[in-house]
Formats: sequence, C-alpha cells, structure tokens
Amino acid sequence: MIASTKHQAVLTAINDNKELEGALLPILHQIQHDLGHIPSEHVADIAEALNLSRAEVHGVVSFYHTFTTKPHGQHVIEVCRAESCQAKGGREIEAAVKEALGVDYEQTTDDGQITLEPVYCLGNCACSPSIKIDSQIYGRLTTQSVEDLIQSLRSEQH
Amino acid sequence: MTTTIYIPRDSAAISVGADFVANKLAQLDEVEIIRNGSRGLFWLEPMVEVQTDQGRIAYGPVTADQIDGLIEAGMLEGKQDHALCLGKTDDIPYLAKQQRLTFERAGLIDPVSLEDYTAHEGYQGLQRALGMTGQACVDEVKASGLRGRGGAAFPTGIKWQTVLDAPGEKKYIVCNADEGDSGTFADRLQMEADPFGLIEGMTIAGITVGADKGYIYLREEYPHAHQILNEAIANAEQHNWLGDNIQNSGKHFHLEVRLGAKSYICGEETALLESLEGKRGVVRAKPPLPALEGLFGKPTIVNNVLSLSSIPGIFAKGAAHYADFGMGRSRGTMPFQLAGNLKQPGLVELAFGVTLRELLEDFGGGSASGRPLRAVQVGGPLGPYMPESQWDTQMDYEALIQIGGMLGHGGLVAFDDSVDMAEQARFSMEFCAEESCGKCTPCRVGAVRGVETIDKIRANDERAQNTELLKNLCNTMEKGSLCAMGGMTPFPVMSALNHFGEDFEK
Repeated sequence: MIASTKHQAVLTAINDNKELEGALLPILHQIQHDLGHIPSEHVADIAEALNLSRAEVHGVVSFYHTFTTKPHGQHVIEVCRAESCQAKGGREIEAAVKEALGVDYEQTTDDGQITLEPVYCLGNCACSPSIKIDSQIYGRLTTQSVEDLIQSLRSEQH
Repeated sequence: MTTTIYIPRDSAAISVGADFVANKLAQLDEVEIIRNGSRGLFWLEPMVEVQTDQGRIAYGPVTADQIDGLIEAGMLEGKQDHALCLGKTDDIPYLAKQQRLTFERAGLIDPVSLEDYTAHEGYQGLQRALGMTGQACVDEVKASGLRGRGGAAFPTGIKWQTVLDAPGEKKYIVCNADEGDSGTFADRLQMEADPFGLIEGMTIAGITVGADKGYIYLREEYPHAHQILNEAIANAEQHNWLGDNIQNSGKHFHLEVRLGAKSYICGEETALLESLEGKRGVVRAKPPLPALEGLFGKPTIVNNVLSLSSIPGIFAKGAAHYADFGMGRSRGTMPFQLAGNLKQPGLVELAFGVTLRELLEDFGGGSASGRPLRAVQVGGPLGPYMPESQWDTQMDYEALIQIGGMLGHGGLVAFDDSVDMAEQARFSMEFCAEESCGKCTPCRVGAVRGVETIDKIRANDERAQNTELLKNLCNTMEKGSLCAMGGMTPFPVMSALNHFGEDFEK
C-alpha cells in the first residue's frame, strides 16, 4: 500500500471518531482493521488530533495486544492457550499449529500469509479446544482437524 | 404448512458448524428458520429445534450432512425416531433441572426481535421502574439481595445507592462485558441469546440514578456478540426503548458498545474505565470509588453483564421472587459455567447452594476423556484448583471463601488425571506476567520470578529452598498488589502446591 493511502486511512479514522468520548481506542481499532497495523510514522497525526503527546499514543498502542506496529499476514490464526482448552488437549493443538506453520507466536510465515498469535480465552470453553482464524472461531478441534483447517487456508491462497 | 425451525446464531454453536446446518436447512421448501440464541447445552450444539403442536422437539448435535437423514426420519413433523432426537427441549433433564431466571429467555427467542422479547416479559421491568422514584428502584435492588456477578460479589443495591446519592449532573452506567476469565462464557451467551435483557437492565440503572449515557465495554474476542448487541440497540432505539424521552417518560438513556483490545486486566473495573477513556488499561488505586469518581471522573455504576441482566426480572417479578432463591447471604441464582474436560459442558443456572460435585457429576456427566477427574479450577484463572476432597462444598460466596476458594464469575474448569499441576501453576504465573498492567511491582516482577522459580523446583534445582521462596513470593504478591491480578494469581499456584505437591517433585 502506498504511503499516501496509508496516511489517508489514518486521517479517515481520526475524522470518523474524534468527536467520541475516549476516542483513542476507536481510532486505533479502525486503523488496525483497515491497515493491519498502526503505522508508527502517523502516530503524530493521532496525537495532534486528540491533543495528546506522541508518547501517550505510543503507550496505548504498545499496551494492548490487538494493536501492532508491524503489518500482520493476510490471515491471523489465534490459538487459545487458556485453562479450559488446556484441559482438552490445547497444548497439543498449540504444538500442531506451530509445527504446521513453522513459526512461533507473534511471528508470520515466510510467505507473509499467516500470522500466529496466542489468545487467552475465546469464550468457547464449552467447546474446547478452540482457535480463531480471522473472524471465525472453530471449536472441538483435534490436531488432525487443525491441520486440515490450515491446509485449506493455504490452498485457497494458491 | 410452514414449519418453524430454530438453529442458534450463538458463536459456540457456529464454531461447531451451526451455520452449515442453517444453510442446509434454508434450502428446504416451506421452512422458516429462526436463528435463536443457544440454550446453553453446548455438548448438543449445533442443536436444531422444530416447532410442533406439542412444543419444540430438539435434535443434536447435528451436522449438515445428517440433515437429509433427519428429514427422512420425519424431523420436520417432529417425529422422534432418529438417534439424534432429544425429545422435547423442555424435558431434557439438564435443562429441566435448572432454575432459570437471568437466562429465562436464552434460546427461546430470536435475540434481536423486540416482538419476541416483549412477548416474554421483556420491558415489563422498565415500565414498572419508570413509575418509581430513584430511591424506590434502589430499594428494590437492595431487597433482591443481588450481588455483583462479575466476581467481587459486592451488593449491587449499595453500589447503586452510592451513585444515586453522589452529587453531579453527569453520571454513567458502564457494563463490564470484558469476560476474560477462562472457563466462563455466561456473559457471551447472555449477550448473544438475550441482548435486550442487558439493554433493559442498563436502562433501568440509568433512570434510577439519573445517568443518560451507558457504555458496554465488550471484549474484542466476541465478534458475534458485538454484531448482535448493535442490532439489538438499533432496534431498541427505533422503538424508543433507548434514546430521548423513552416511551414518553421524559427520561433519556443512550447506549454504545465499545471494544476492548485484548487485555485481560481491562476486566478489572478501574482498568476498564481507563481503557474507555482511551488510556492504557492501568489499574487505579481506590479510593476514590468508581461510584463517586468513575468514568471521566463522574459517578459511575460499573456492573457485570449478568448483574445488569438480572435486573429486568427483579423489577418484573418483584425483588422477593428473586431473593427467595439461594442461601445465606447469597441470594438468587448463579449461572455456573461447566467447561474443560467434562462430558456435558454448558450453562447451568441454579440457586446458590448446589455442590460442586453435583455440578460436575449430575450435570457435567464426569470427564469427557473417561479418565477420573482430578482437579477443578473454580472462579477463573485466579481461582484455586480444588481437589476431590473439596467437591462437596456448597457453591455459595461465603462457603467457598471459607475454604480459601472463590466463586468468581461462576466458571468451573475440570481436569482429568492426565493434568500436570506443576505445569498449571507455572501457566498461572506466566499468564500474570503476560497480562499484568505493570503498576504494582509484586505483580509485574513477581510473576516473572514465579515462572523461573517453578522451573527451578521442577528441575530439582535447590528444590526445598525454591519451594520456600515460591511461598514467600506468593505472599508478597497477594499482600502487595492493588488488584486481583497480582493479589490472586497466588491462589491457583498455592492450591496446586498444597493439594498436588507430588506433581512438583517429578
């Protein structure tokens, strides 16, 4: 994406939300959603619009797991690491996903397609173990069904 | 004749294929499909219900490729020959044995249909509250005995009284929907199955204390709940149940959903308020109480989804009806959430006083793996692991505190005997290190040192000294942290050490 388009997305997010009470999180959510990250070079624009310092905005970006300063892959796989999934073989699911993707948490596959992230509970604890691929949650997984899901995600890219 | 079929749009049901089932059913002629909420019988999801003259007949768990067979076996006529038929939904023992007050409408109605909602007692509570003074409303909540269902169990009526009495023109109602505890899903189920219940509860809170603005702080991990809440809010606005001059009462209340950003600590009420204000989710010292200086420094009611969703029923049926359930100082019902390694995980709403064993065995059906159950974590990731010797404890706020436990948000995560409790203790520290807001040193640094120390104990590196060090560290975290994150992470760690010490010596 060329720089000016990126800048435009940031300005749009600011304009859409700046009148809200506590506007910073809504602005960051919109930028993260549209660009897949919060570009560090445009933090100053956000800070100026909200009468904050750049350090304050950076502090918020770095506090929350959702906001990233580097673009993530085309798809994001989130694997639940929390207790209910652990009780149903979640640790094996974690290992299987890492093995299938060849990356660890907070990393993106070499082809830039899939980013792997941990998540602490998807609220799907009655259908553990669970993962989320983009906006879709999958429950009652086995290592086999997880590998199949990754396989089909990869094949739809080619 | 058109047949009405229910298939949930609940995210857990969708996670195991409900959308595929719905799409398959949609291809049939003369069928009306209603995407209801889940009944909370999650091991049976996707559960299809068919409306018949005798009531709804349930089938589950159904996969899309079983639909043809079910139709051949007469599912559309409500015939009960197929192996997946569960009989009448209302007669399924897991559901029939429950005492549903807060979750009375879950799965019965189309969650975003105001017509369905009002046909099932919806908005009767608000109608009544609109004719009462603020003080009379607060007295009603006090008389119900309702205590905060988020985990802290603070009496809801007293919190409301403080906000009612606080001076100031501007006040807020904030719903804590940042349900981050592992093993809990009742807030999600409520918001996806009966969002108007929450909206009505918040509206009653607003008119009671004179707040005209409410926020639902919803965790980002719940995209379906987000969608459903926004649809329901739009419907309520359109029919003047939200907005200015509600039902010509002269009262105003506006409601907005705000998304969290994957931070567990933002479920702590003061961190949540910071986050809503657009800041880092760092815990505030109390006092001042949020009831006096809350969101943007204004008097604020911060209540959990379940507390607020219990309000409409309390006003519609009267406080005494609610207070008649329960035991001791724990009045009303508690939605327990059965999760982890259980055969029949799901939501069980019952009066306080049921034992943990009854929940695990009678409802949960024992372990899913078929192996013996060994440990149950009650009350979320900050709750202790309970060994079998404690399973006859009655589920009541005070009874659990007496044995060093806590009810929290009502989640139970069961583990079978393949669990390594030293690994679980290590995870509790690791999770605290990951999610600490960083304000208090015992939590921020202690959790990191906790992981290291447990690793040393497991590696038999000066085991006795390091075990002593871990106990000391837990004590420091417990006594020296502002909120429950650092203050209660020692609970699961110490319970693992005390009750399952052999796992640390492998």
